[in-house]
Amino acid sequence: MAEVACRKVVKEYDAGVQAVKGIDLDIADHEFVVLVGPSGCGKSTTLRMIAGLEEVTSGEIWIDGDVVNDVPPRDRDIAMVFQNYALYPHMSVFDNMAFGLKLRKFPKHEISRRVDEAARILDITPLLDRKPRALSGGQRQRVAMGRAIVRNPKVFLFDEPLSNLDAKLRVQMRTEIKKVHQTVRTTTVYVTHDQVEAMTLADRVVVMNGGNIEQVGAPQELYHHPATRFVAGFIGSPAMNFLPCRVQDGANGGLAVRVTDSITLPIPPNRVDRYGKFKDRSMVLGLRPEHLFEYHEQAKPGWTRVDLPVDVVEPMGMETMVHFFVDGVPVCARVDPATHAEPNEILPLTADLNQMHLMEPETGRVV
Amino acid sequence: MSTTVAERRIAVAAQRKHSLHRSRMWALWGSYIALSVFVVMFLVPPFYTLMTSLKSSAEISAQTGSPWLVRHPTLENFWYLITYPNFQRYYLNSIIVTILTVVVSMVISVLAAFSLSRMGFWGSQTLSTGVFLTYLVPPSLLFIPLFQIIGQIGLINNFWCLVLLYPTLAVPFCTWIMIGYFSSIPKELDEAALIDGAGYLQMLWKIFIPVAMPGIIAATIFAFTVSWGAFLYPLAYLYTSNQMVLTVGIISDLIRGDVFQWGKIMAACLLASLPPIVIYAFLMDYYVAGLTAGATKG
Repeated sequence: MAEVACRKVVKEYDAGVQAVKGIDLDIADHEFVVLVGPSGCGKSTTLRMIAGLEEVTSGEIWIDGDVVNDVPPRDRDIAMVFQNYALYPHMSVFDNMAFGLKLRKFPKHEISRRVDEAARILDITPLLDRKPRALSGGQRQRVAMGRAIVRNPKVFLFDEPLSNLDAKLRVQMRTEIKKVHQTVRTTTVYVTHDQVEAMTLADRVVVMNGGNIEQVGAPQELYHHPATRFVAGFIGSPAMNFLPCRVQDGANGGLAVRVTDSITLPIPPNRVDRYGKFKDRSMVLGLRPEHLFEYHEQAKPGWTRVDLPVDVVEPMGMETMVHFFVDGVPVCARVDPATHAEPNEILPLTADLNQMHLMEPETGRVV
Repeated sequence: MSTTVAERRIAVAAQRKHSLHRSRMWALWGSYIALSVFVVMFLVPPFYTLMTSLKSSAEISAQTGSPWLVRHPTLENFWYLITYPNFQRYYLNSIIVTILTVVVSMVISVLAAFSLSRMGFWGSQTLSTGVFLTYLVPPSLLFIPLFQIIGQIGLINNFWCLVLLYPTLAVPFCTWIMIGYFSSIPKELDEAALIDGAGYLQMLWKIFIPVAMPGIIAATIFAFTVSWGAFLYPLAYLYTSNQMVLTVGIISDLIRGDVFQWGKIMAACLLASLPPIVIYAFLMDYYVAGLTAGATKG
């Protein structure tokens, strides 16, 4: 068990390309931190630097109170689970899990005790004599995790461990990983490009983009209070709608956002102070699909009604996604599955503006 | 209307199936003919060797009867060779030279391939291309300069010079095979081993060699073939019978002036082919797997 910290960590490749541009990150003992971001955002590179598989160009990496920049991977007391499992194909499941302990010259009885224990946690005891090629994807993933658990390391590192699994198994293994972490409580750094995985697993999510950290926070915090347009767009599925708008005077001395000539939405009174200084400026309005739904006169008296022609309807079972265009900008709304919506028909909609976000178009900063 | 469309589709499909069947038939016939030619070309000489080895000298030189058949089979040629001390000597020398060549070549090429494919040091790409280029230099170009070198070391007419020379022929190709093989092992496997606590040698010994076993067997067979069948170097460097290996021993001992002892020569060839045949038979599956590895995923 240990804390992990990155201090102004930079990774620069030979061609002068900076994959990681000076990030600062503190991970507490027992914490489960997920690094998430699109391909090439530097999340895997960061993880590999913590593992010692990549050299750090500048800055420091701390594990358990020591700078480990020059410590080889085997002496960092970490364990890593790889995307393609990286099981040793010629060894049985038992030997795969025992390999690290054997190299560290653990006594035989201790090795078998630990392997049995890990196999029990992961429910793979009947597979111990098999070779990796005789295992399914999910079973291989468990063995890879078992190999990490038996070592009882200071830190677990996961590099997109579920990407090779099918959708159903991925959800199942996600729960499994969370359960394992609740049992062993080892500090964990987990890399994924899947924001759902990040939200469901993490104590704290680190959203990365272009080699920088965009925002660090608890899953709910990122969802409700994104710091930038990137985070707002990345967290949440389907993604947040972004509409160019203008803040202007509204009714009763309040403010309103004008989206198009025909669509002007009132800003809730409690946000007037916050948005007042952006009056008469071009801004970007962010609204999640779940805060955009069908209009009912009785249910939401006084809400602004907007009539829009439907483009595409996607029924999902428990909800239905309806896609529109507002002035050429695609917009998605999450409506009740009982709603009747057909392409090219007009659907009356309304928005929960208490959940709106307003961003500066130049910086992407949420104000 | 929809029925006619459907019927037409079925008819087209049937026609296509028919033509597929026909082209497959032609392909099969083509393969049979090509394989028959191949079999005749490659199996007739060994058959003739076997027939001749079972004949007495008198029967070989007799003008009557078909040369393809044996009328009075005898094992006297084989018995002569097995009890002939010179032949025993050649056999033993060949075995010693080959085993040492294989061991030396494999140790060098596995270590070289591992470092070239995995350690990624400065110039490793150029070096691995260089290794392959040396394989393209024909041995017949090298034997005169090598004669000078061997002469200076004082190993002329000493079969140990072959243990020194054969690896120069085997190592480049073996290294090349092993580089290909090691490169097909996913990078994560060494990273997992590094994190598990293995050093480079442990990684090589416990992960790479077992995983690349088919490649190692393919390379071993190649080194074995090079060493067992080499003719030019032993012919150039060895001249007394106590130092000779099989390839040159057979011709220098069993051809006396213009007298060819055909029966004994053929029997000696068969005896000399035994080890390669046995090794190929046992390792053929691995060999094929080794040569095609990395062609497809998985």
